Amino acid sequence: MARKAYAQVVTGNALLEGHVVYLTAQGTWSTALTDAEILRDEADAQLRLLSAMAQAATVVGAYLADVDPDAASPKPLHFREAFRRDGPGHYVYPAGRI
Amino acid sequence: MYYQSEFDADYLASRNTQFRAQVERRIAGQLTEDEFKPLRLMNGLYLQLHAYMLRVAIPYGSLNSAQMTKLADVADRWDRGYGHFTTRQNIQFNWPALRDVPDILDALAEVGLHAIQTSGNTIRNITSDHFAGAAADEISDPRPVAELIRQWSTDHPEFQFLPRKFKVAVTGSPTDRAVTRAHDIGLRMIRRGSETGFEVIVGGGLGRTPMIGKVLREFVALPDLLDYLEAVISVYNLLGRRDNKYKARIKITLHETGEEALRAMVEARFAELRGTYPGSMDALSDIAARFRSPDLPPREHRIFTAAKAQDPVFRAWADTNLTTHKRADYAIVTVSLKAHGAVPGDATSAQMRLLADLARQFGQDELRISHEQNVILPHVALDDLPALHAALLPAGLATANVGLISDIIACPGMDYCALATARSIPVAQAIATRFEELQLEHDIGALKIKISGCINACGHHHVGHIGILGLDRGGVETYQITLGGDGTETTSLGERTGPGFAYDEIVPAIERLIAAYTAVRTNAQETFLATYRRLGMAPFKAALYDGDTSDAA
Repeated sequence: MARKAYAQVVTGNALLEGHVVYLTAQGTWSTALTDAEILRDEADAQLRLLSAMAQAATVVGAYLADVDPDAASPKPLHFREAFRRDGPGHYVYPAGRI
Repeated sequence: MYYQSEFDADYLASRNTQFRAQVERRIAGQLTEDEFKPLRLMNGLYLQLHAYMLRVAIPYGSLNSAQMTKLADVADRWDRGYGHFTTRQNIQFNWPALRDVPDILDALAEVGLHAIQTSGNTIRNITSDHFAGAAADEISDPRPVAELIRQWSTDHPEFQFLPRKFKVAVTGSPTDRAVTRAHDIGLRMIRRGSETGFEVIVGGGLGRTPMIGKVLREFVALPDLLDYLEAVISVYNLLGRRDNKYKARIKITLHETGEEALRAMVEARFAELRGTYPGSMDALSDIAARFRSPDLPPREHRIFTAAKAQDPVFRAWADTNLTTHKRADYAIVTVSLKAHGAVPGDATSAQMRLLADLARQFGQDELRISHEQNVILPHVALDDLPALHAALLPAGLATANVGLISDIIACPGMDYCALATARSIPVAQAIATRFEELQLEHDIGALKIKISGCINACGHHHVGHIGILGLDRGGVETYQITLGGDGTETTSLGERTGPGFAYDEIVPAIERLIAAYTAVRTNAQETFLATYRRLGMAPFKAALYDGDTSDAA
């Protein structure tokens, strides 16, 4: 059996807003996981992470998160990453509810 | 209610100026995150899963209307229109932007609120009995002493870098509503003859290694209190393990050092320190003078009695949400923040404003936040209760469930928290909604369910009659159940039932537990906890894990 396919994205929190952000192929940051670049080579991923960590005035706590190697668009493997992508289930209090 | 002095106001202003400069330097890139993090934590600012979180202290859970209104203003202006009241009587704002935090802190300082020492390895917000100053069973109001400890511990130069965080709770009543035995130091007021003092309980705590505190000294007289506290914490500061975060709390220090040895060291240090704070009693009487006890005019109870007879909704609420006040013509009102399906402890800005208005109108301008994540109006005349209830009803604040199965403590869990290993909020919502559908909760009676989304136990699951702990087991949310915990003066830690349950299995599991309880209790007056203490784990374990029983339920 071939070794497990490798797929990760670089993610962290934006310094100013604290929001979850992902590193895109253009080297910019997006709040949408769908914009993230899927890194399929481990050495490349480490380099991208280092460059992300160097952007200390933009992003806090950058790290590599696993995504589904078989999916075309980035899809979290762990439920924690799914919650980071989706946000809390309950924060919208409808207008009028008091 | 405590009214701050000029000294308090100047201190807050200077702290906020300092933090504003630190934030600016961080944004300008002059501070790294490693340098900035301890500075922001000292000011209550965390970085959570989705955003920053600002934890604002509500010292000993007491607020006045102006302060509650200011919390609502902060929620509207800088956050998303709501806040979350926590199990340590604090409030957390979940969405502040970094640049806005100094402005938020300045706004809070206008009403004497702050976020100092709500994080970091310091002495945290001093918690207390949420019925303090109103409860019929109280020896004396513990809040002046709590305020004295707050002032002593704030910016205490020796205790800014303790081995780990340090939590203190104070109660003035023999009925323990402050979970004193699960704190690093729990103080229980005692009267010996004419002398007031405290029993000092040390080394309690939940978290990874739950322990019930030990009585380190049976009686410390009030004039010695600060000296003795200083002795305990300075001994801990020296002994506490800095090599291992998980062994750094004083409960481990006590366990590893031994109770006798620790007591001897504290006594030796106390002998050295005695007299360090000769002005503490003067400071205390100055503080006590700033706690203005409301003048409660004598009132009738005819309107109250009539409303109870005529309105079953009011009666159900009055039966569940009121506690005996020291004055027979008044009541302590617990406003439930646990409407069925709501997020435990969350309040919208509109709810906060309404509560502030109602406290002004009916409640002597006083509000309390309980560690059980509800809001208390401590002094309401019986005859004002029908009008109060009518005002709470349309705001979703009149749920008659205090102390019942849907009055659940839940930490934010993985909906917000960076440390969480599973969600807790939706579990609480699902349990509350389910038992509301079944219309069983009043029949089930007194029952405390407490849910934590990780081993750190912010949801106090170890002291829940039913505790639920959410874990990550191989990438799947899994919930362990403990039974028989108790956070009152008869403290006990819950015992694990066995293997955990998946997210979609946990509500049916709780339902089976409850069915087992109602089947085996001697009568409707025997509570879940009493039944568990009488029968032990066996019937509940069978209900949870025995296939036949679960099919029958």
